[in-house]
Amino acid sequence: MASKFININLKIWRQKNANAKGSLESYKLDKVSTDSSFLEMLDQLNDQLINEQKESIAFDHDCREGICGMCSLYINGRAHGPETGTTTCQLHMRKFNDGDTIYVEPWRSRAFPIIKDLVVDRSAFDRIQQAGGFVSVNTSGRTMDANAIPIPKADADKAFEAAACIGCGACVATCKNGSAMLFVGAKVSQYALLPQGKVEAKERVVNMVRQMDEEGFGNCTNTGACEIECPKGISLENIARMNREFLFAAAKG
Amino acid sequence: MALTGLFLCTFLVGHLAGNLQLVFSTGEEGKRAFNEYAYFMAHNPAIKLLSYVTYISILFHIVDGFMLTIQNKKARPVGYAYNKPSANSSMASRNMAVLGTLILVFLATHMANFWWKAKVSEDKFPLHVKEISFQQNNEMTGQVQKQTMKLYLTTAGNYVPVDGFIVKNKTELYEAQLNAQKVELKMGEGYKDLHSLVFAFFGHDKTKQGFPINDMALAGLIFYVISMLVLGFHLWHGFSSAFQTLGVNHPAYTPWIKKIGYGFAILVPGLFALIPIVIFITK
Amino acid sequence: MSILDSKIPAGHISDKWTDHKNHLKLVAPNNRPKIDVIVVGTGLAGASAAASFGEMGYNVKAFCFQDSPRRAHSIAAQGGINAAKNYQNDGDSVYRLFYDTIKGGDYRAREANVHRLAEVSGNIIDQCVAQGVPFAREYGGLLDNRSFGGTQVQRTFYAAGQTGQQLLLGAYSALSRQIGLGRVKMYHRHEMLDLVTVDGKARGIIARNLVTGELERHAAHAVIIASGGYGNVYFLSTNAMGSNVSAAWKVHKRGALFSNPCFVQIHPTCVPVHGTNQAKLTLMSESLRNSGRIWVPMKKEDAEAIREGRLKPTQIAEEDRDYFLERRYPAFGNLVPRDVASRAAKERCDAGFGVEANDTNEGVYLDFSTEIKSKGRQAAFAQGDHNPSNEKIILMGKKWIEEKYGNLFQMYEKITDDNPYETPMKIYPAVHYTMGGVWVDYNLQSTIKGCFVAGEANFSDHGANRLGASALMQGLSDGYFVLPYTVSDYLADEIRTGKISTDTPEFESAENEVKNSIEKFVSNKGTKSVDFFHKRLGLIMWNKVGMGRNEQGLKEAIEEIGTLRDEFYQDVFVPGDSNELNPELEKAMRVADLIELGQLMAVDALNRNESCGGHFREEYQDAEGETLRDDENFKYVAAWEYKGMDAINSVLHKEDLNYEFITIAARNYK
Repeated sequence: MASKFININLKIWRQKNANAKGSLESYKLDKVSTDSSFLEMLDQLNDQLINEQKESIAFDHDCREGICGMCSLYINGRAHGPETGTTTCQLHMRKFNDGDTIYVEPWRSRAFPIIKDLVVDRSAFDRIQQAGGFVSVNTSGRTMDANAIPIPKADADKAFEAAACIGCGACVATCKNGSAMLFVGAKVSQYALLPQGKVEAKERVVNMVRQMDEEGFGNCTNTGACEIECPKGISLENIARMNREFLFAAAKG
Repeated sequence: MALTGLFLCTFLVGHLAGNLQLVFSTGEEGKRAFNEYAYFMAHNPAIKLLSYVTYISILFHIVDGFMLTIQNKKARPVGYAYNKPSANSSMASRNMAVLGTLILVFLATHMANFWWKAKVSEDKFPLHVKEISFQQNNEMTGQVQKQTMKLYLTTAGNYVPVDGFIVKNKTELYEAQLNAQKVELKMGEGYKDLHSLVFAFFGHDKTKQGFPINDMALAGLIFYVISMLVLGFHLWHGFSSAFQTLGVNHPAYTPWIKKIGYGFAILVPGLFALIPIVIFITK
Repeated sequence: MSILDSKIPAGHISDKWTDHKNHLKLVAPNNRPKIDVIVVGTGLAGASAAASFGEMGYNVKAFCFQDSPRRAHSIAAQGGINAAKNYQNDGDSVYRLFYDTIKGGDYRAREANVHRLAEVSGNIIDQCVAQGVPFAREYGGLLDNRSFGGTQVQRTFYAAGQTGQQLLLGAYSALSRQIGLGRVKMYHRHEMLDLVTVDGKARGIIARNLVTGELERHAAHAVIIASGGYGNVYFLSTNAMGSNVSAAWKVHKRGALFSNPCFVQIHPTCVPVHGTNQAKLTLMSESLRNSGRIWVPMKKEDAEAIREGRLKPTQIAEEDRDYFLERRYPAFGNLVPRDVASRAAKERCDAGFGVEANDTNEGVYLDFSTEIKSKGRQAAFAQGDHNPSNEKIILMGKKWIEEKYGNLFQMYEKITDDNPYETPMKIYPAVHYTMGGVWVDYNLQSTIKGCFVAGEANFSDHGANRLGASALMQGLSDGYFVLPYTVSDYLADEIRTGKISTDTPEFESAENEVKNSIEKFVSNKGTKSVDFFHKRLGLIMWNKVGMGRNEQGLKEAIEEIGTLRDEFYQDVFVPGDSNELNPELEKAMRVADLIELGQLMAVDALNRNESCGGHFREEYQDAEGETLRDDENFKYVAAWEYKGMDAINSVLHKEDLNYEFITIAARNYK
């Protein structure tokens, strides 16, 4: 771990609030450790701004270990930056070079309005989940023994891979159509693959897709960008599965 | 999009099969076969039905495509200052609407150049004509004279001389003279000479068949080939994409679907483009 | 000083909960919609509680400061969740889980609570599977288990290294369903900034809408705090950046007692600190200790050479490695409880054997090469190759490791740029979990009536040290299977109360207090960032109230934190306004509470003249460096009463711990 220090230039989107007009502002930041994460670099910049009695840059972040899905950021033209399979918080400055100019923008989507600077409102995802992303089981814990229904390992593994989605919204941000199909497809798939979820699979897919459309996301044209940029590597297979579920649901009426 | 797209793929295959006859069956027999095939395509009720489905598919594909594109544009009202989509998606997949629009432009010229002329335009459309040469003894002079005669081929399989027959409603052949009286008697139907139309368009001298030579043949050819390139890109993404949209994605089969799609995208437009090239260089 | 009543029901330990439930009062379904319940926090405890109360028909308002309830930090739990299912037929039972947890907690947890936890643990798994949580399975289609520290059975259910995520998404889906049905109203990007009490009863909260900065009054018949732990008092921890003590601390300030704040779990397997700009430490799941062996060089000069980059760990011969956990604790080996493993690592590093080239040389190896070889051999045999080559063994072993821990290995490589398949991981203990929290009785009710506290925010189940995979268990147990009964019992007397107005002097004054403290921060003419103070607090805490504590250090810490607090209020600079999204303001409010808490932790640690679990007082250890507990004088829960921001004035109350069903003994993992 040979750590070194680099100096970088930043162009960061600043926007006072949802209704204000925003713009890209330039910053210069020196002595950034290559062992720092991208967000630690932003912390450093904020510290510099505060020491100059300026307002810090607002950005979403929380767990900083790539699982909560809170961090976002469109870095140098790509969701979560240049490294695939990585959230912004897990992106490290060793991926950049001394003297680089780095563009940092918020997710851009009609369904994800900007709240401030780099912070966007992703509650559309929550509303999609509320429309059907669950198994309608009560919370008594007295349904049946966990091992009562064996589930083929392959199905369980696939359901898990779909469920690994962290809901960060990179799929929407990177999709040229601002489509949320990967997110919704992953949720639909997780439940469709498990016997517990199959019972209400039809209602689920119809309701979730309806809500997705109401939120103003675009349509899927299968460019596959989402799959590449998804920090959790959620597969396009999940979109196909959702399409299949949807077509069957529509056919059954 | 997916259903109509895949249907249009099958249409392309059918169309290509027909077109290939232009180069693979040569000579008079080939020309006759092609024109007969064209007649069959225009008159068989099943094919007719299929052609309506094709028109509707194209229309739906276009309208749906436009609507989706508009929705998709709306989904991102403010774009990125710096975007690098090449890192995660193919050029073709990102530009389906542009490619589709270019194909639409091509389709318009294509229809005007061939379909319109053959089907709609009120101009007299030349029929399939066979020229035969024969020798005739001149009874007066006793000389053997070389004669040529042009004959229409009727759909009933007969040949009737061009002189003495008039064409109405584009393909109906009437004998104008009967027993010195001027009556019009329908003798059958002729084949539209689409074969010559195509050859003339790509620069062959078909004046004797009633088509003027096309001075813009090279431009037409280039435009055609570029259009096929565009179609190729459209199919490069479109073919496998349609399967994905229809929910067909399987770790074992999808790689094959993709390979077939790429093959289709190269082969079909490639062969389409090859035909006029061959015609052009053999002129 | 008073003796607290924990309201533990009478009877045999295994009947207590059932009997108690049978005698709790109920609220009829037709009355439930007239009753409001507030839940603060949407982690496992909060989300499951909110979903349960929604399901029952109460009017629920749920709050979280994140942008979505799904982001609560339960999501980051990696390894698994314990349950006494005994699916593996290795002698597990409710009693054993109960016993292991009490012993793991070094006999500082409440027997009845822990037994209840073990009793409902099986139901948690049933519930989660029914909700579509994709746990790992075996080829036969049944659920898989693995081992965790401090146990000799396989009772840990897991979903790769993302168990917390899967469980939280399960609870979130149940919560989402209730939100969709209109039975829970969700307030995301909202932070609770005060508890409102009326006539000694919790009647609502003051919350700040973090987007608009607006202060909101929310009334309810009961308030449930499930806001997690306070590990961020150390600045560097495995907690999320936003994790904070504020909700629990506000409750404490309003009269709820705060228990055992000095019980902090330092997790042995985290990525070591790399530099001063670091904001967060990353955990490497305890499950890795199933397969990894922890060692440092036997010779000091080797350790030095490694730190200077002259030697690679793979160059150290087997006989020159000190597998110190296996050496000291042969029975449990690398799977000793977390506090024991952490201390052992610190002992080696303090002695000069650390391998990390950071300021403090703090780092030890977690080595997978033995496991790669043994699993690779197994896998080759399973394929029918009974004479596999070395290369094949290594290759297949790596594959096995990847399937089991792939995401963790990847994460490690991203952070450190080292490939753990080839070279051992470097790890070091880091602050991870806090066993202390708001004091609650058996019903999870704090000393404020109507204010219940669940999950990590309360103190009740883990004593002085929590076993791995038990936090998830406790969160869901509290939310799904305890609170619905005990809060209903309380609410049964509230059916005649009617709608609670927020237009009362109590709400008015609480809101004004909050408003004043916000205004104070945004108008303060300071020069230093919030983080500046937070980092200083963290350093004091880590050095003096960390893994090893002593009287002198604790006294200094109390002093230094007091000074820090004064400087903080004087010199902190908070940019921006109060009426907008202002992350610096949020941090300032949280750090203010963390400073007060930090001082109380030192006070509590100073009071507890013994070593137990995560609390290691250097004065109280035996010749081998093991903890010396003092059951005669300290077999109690220390519950502190707030008496102003200086914690030295806090008043100690005690709850005696009675062990009726477990024989108390020295904790031995040898």
